[in-house]
Amino acid sequence: MATKQTRALARTMMAPAVIVLFIWMIVPLVMTLWFSFQNYSLINPMMTGFAGWANYVYVIGDPSFTQSLINTLLLVGGVLLITVIGGTFLALLLDQPIWGQGILRIIVISPFFVMPPVAALIWKNGFMHPGYGMLGHLWKFFGLQPVDWFNQYPLFSVIVIVAWQWLPFATLILLTALQSLSEEQREASEMDGANAVNRFRYIILPHMARAITIVILIQTIFLLGIFAEIRVTTGGGPGYASTNIAFLVFRTGILSNDIGAGSAGGVVAVIIANVVAIFLMRAVGKNLDA
Amino acid sequence: MARRVSVQTRIGFTVLAWVIALLLFSPILWTLLTAFKTEAEAIASRPTFFPQNFTLENFGAVQERSDYFKHAINSILVSFGSTILGLIIGIPAAWSMAFAPSKRTKDILMWMLSTKMMPAVGVLIPIYLIFRDLRLLDTVHGLTLIMTLINLPIIIWMLYTYFKEIPVDILEAARMDGAELWNEITHVLVPMAVPGIASTLLLNVILAWNEAFWTITLTSGRAGTLTAFISSFSSPQGLFLAKLSAASLLAIAPILLVGWFSQKQLVRGLTFGAVK
Repeated sequence: MATKQTRALARTMMAPAVIVLFIWMIVPLVMTLWFSFQNYSLINPMMTGFAGWANYVYVIGDPSFTQSLINTLLLVGGVLLITVIGGTFLALLLDQPIWGQGILRIIVISPFFVMPPVAALIWKNGFMHPGYGMLGHLWKFFGLQPVDWFNQYPLFSVIVIVAWQWLPFATLILLTALQSLSEEQREASEMDGANAVNRFRYIILPHMARAITIVILIQTIFLLGIFAEIRVTTGGGPGYASTNIAFLVFRTGILSNDIGAGSAGGVVAVIIANVVAIFLMRAVGKNLDA
Repeated sequence: MARRVSVQTRIGFTVLAWVIALLLFSPILWTLLTAFKTEAEAIASRPTFFPQNFTLENFGAVQERSDYFKHAINSILVSFGSTILGLIIGIPAAWSMAFAPSKRTKDILMWMLSTKMMPAVGVLIPIYLIFRDLRLLDTVHGLTLIMTLINLPIIIWMLYTYFKEIPVDILEAARMDGAELWNEITHVLVPMAVPGIASTLLLNVILAWNEAFWTITLTSGRAGTLTAFISSFSSPQGLFLAKLSAASLLAIAPILLVGWFSQKQLVRGLTFGAVK
């Protein structure tokens, strides 16, 4: 179909995008790898030269690394669990014949447009603050001692905030998928006398499988890099209780000015992201082929 | 559309849906209300729902303390600048992939998507050092450049899925009529592509506006965007809940309106065209 001339033109038009993305992907990554094997600190200029595996040993050997890794998995897993189950439930609810569906959609999607630091700060101060947060008032109303969320349950608090931001995303996508289920199919299953549970299990859930897969994939990409929510609420603490890998790299490389160790952490973060991506693609990839 | 259900069931579902929706919305609603309260009222031990002494002084105080307008202008420059730059690079690429596909087109698209999988922290340190050496730290153009690069794969993917839907027959008919390539683009393709380009623009402005990793790590005072502006409120000084709420409201209101306006196109853009 396309002539030789068109094809040459097509390549030229594609070139800028491919070239900038290639540079963006390769150059910093190679530099990170290079730095990760160097003694390089911004505070101590005397520290130079090849470091071998020392930076990796330093980063991975530190107890903070294991904890950050576990925190990262808990954060991603916890948010996925809440948003996929909650999103499925909400999508099913919003798909019912209810009054004000259009306005409800807009209200439900709103948290997704709130920038991460704002989401974190309004939860931290307006809701979770033991003195004047809404939850504090609620606890006092029931005669309970208000909870100091960020000191007592730091990681859980971060999970709640992030889940609040991503629940609308899951809901909106699952609702869109649900609404593409044909009316005939539903009516046929109702006529055949299938009850609600069976309809959900054999008709609705298989239809939504692809959308759920996509929600999991896309959210995982973003959730592995959660940063601002931690930065403005707990600062990774107390101790390392709410530090994930992304925040650990920032803490080591930028806050402590240890470029070598920070880079080693960065390389580890890239490896983890790739492992998770491959694992996810394998586990849920078959849904994507359709 | 209209499934037959009893009125009681319908009322039940409606009430349940509204209660849950309002609970999800309550942090935003609470922020909106608190922004117009006095500081004393905001942290009173007996909370009020509506502001008792309606006041606008929090907004003035926020502007005075942290210069909202400067940050808002930076946010506008970075989000629109990066999106437009991304469209300039992305439109020709998506066009050629949609209308002159080769065997490698699918691979190139997948590869572009895979660059999104790379965690930002993996490249934070080199980018930070390069920016330091090139004096790009805390500059609007430096941040715009990074934002363009991180959103380019999404821009190309979105445009590609929209362009894919333009019937090729029309382009061929134009070619038969002897239309030059340039005419083909300006007279046939562009009018049909404008809605897709507009949705791509809106979604990417939203994503860039809310991006909070690079904006916080690469800027401080001068080029700070609204995400950096709001982060400066993370350490409280004295009475501040009402002011924080006012600042939060100022930071999210513009993009919330854009988001409500474009939520229909959002699903497709965020799923790379996989869910429509």
